[in-house]
Amino acid sequence: MPSRTAQIRLMSSHEEVYEPCDDSFALVDALLADCNNLLKHCPTLCMEIGCGSGYVITSLALMLGQEGLAVNYIATDINPLAIRVTRETMDAHGVDAELIITDIASGLEKRLAGSVDVIVVNPPYVPTPEDEVGVGGITASWAGGENGRSVIDRILPVADRLLSEKGWLYMVTLIANNPSEICLYMREKGYASRIVIQRSTEEESLHIIKFWRDLDIEGDNEKASADKSAPGRLMEYVLTQLPPFTFWRCSDRDNK
Amino acid sequence: MRLLTHNMLSSNIKGVTNGFPLRIEAEKVVEKTVEMNADFLKKMFEKIQWKAFIDASRAMGYTELPEEVDPTTLESDEFLSKFHHALLELHLEEGALVCPETGRRFPVNKGIPNMLLHEDEV
Repeated sequence: MPSRTAQIRLMSSHEEVYEPCDDSFALVDALLADCNNLLKHCPTLCMEIGCGSGYVITSLALMLGQEGLAVNYIATDINPLAIRVTRETMDAHGVDAELIITDIASGLEKRLAGSVDVIVVNPPYVPTPEDEVGVGGITASWAGGENGRSVIDRILPVADRLLSEKGWLYMVTLIANNPSEICLYMREKGYASRIVIQRSTEEESLHIIKFWRDLDIEGDNEKASADKSAPGRLMEYVLTQLPPFTFWRCSDRDNK
Repeated sequence: MRLLTHNMLSSNIKGVTNGFPLRIEAEKVVEKTVEMNADFLKKMFEKIQWKAFIDASRAMGYTELPEEVDPTTLESDEFLSKFHHALLELHLEEGALVCPETGRRFPVNKGIPNMLLHEDEV
């Protein structure tokens, strides 16, 4: 039976490109858990922002590619070496995507606005000094500045612009990124959110969040802008979205 | 880089108001067959800017597409076949995409466009 995710033994690599790790596996696990929903959703265009080694976009293409759906995949990365590695990884797995070297989605935003049905992103989320952000090379894959939010905060409005009416966004975050604040920001743009996977390793506490447009929220936002008690109601809503903390160890992967 | 992608790219240089479409300089074009899906083509047809698409296909050496199209054109299997070929089976492997306003060249190598800007263009 063909694998539904990328296989480590087929992955390409380069010392300046982020290799798949717990965060990549968690994101792919989140997609796998939602796979039936994704297939029923019939996405036409799927995009990864920051494809790195190609592990996630390859896995997504494998997951969705076996049902005769016609899906087009696009992946971007600011690191040309990452794009090269992604191409090699995709070739090794017999899948294909349009690859573009760019910063987030620069150059694509105007024409792709409102057109992308699924966006997946494992952003540089590690809290670092600001001067490590935008340095290039492999550092770009993790350096997230204050609270690890520098790049995330640039990605969110771009994702909002690119997503179609039925668009879904899956994003990896750390507790340190203040996921509830991220969900609040997205709620103000009309998105509901759900933590689809919560995973703690020795070093990190990962939250994989799914966002989707919710007309009820858009309606609420319009009413709330006229209502003085809005901030309290929004925070109450966000707190109800976070499940009680669950914790399990990262499952072992064969990454040899 | 497929023509579908080309039709979704515009110049991202600061201050450029008319950055679409990018002009194609084709040095190497390859053809790779891929299965046709009429539903996908019909959805993409709605998003494609036709004039830009037909100019781009000519720059890639393909001249079979009609100048004028409308929703009824999609009913023709022959058209769908040509549309599919131009949209998904022609790849710009080596060349450049040129900003129509500034003339700045975005290189395309091994089928991958590089849209990274220099510091003064951001």
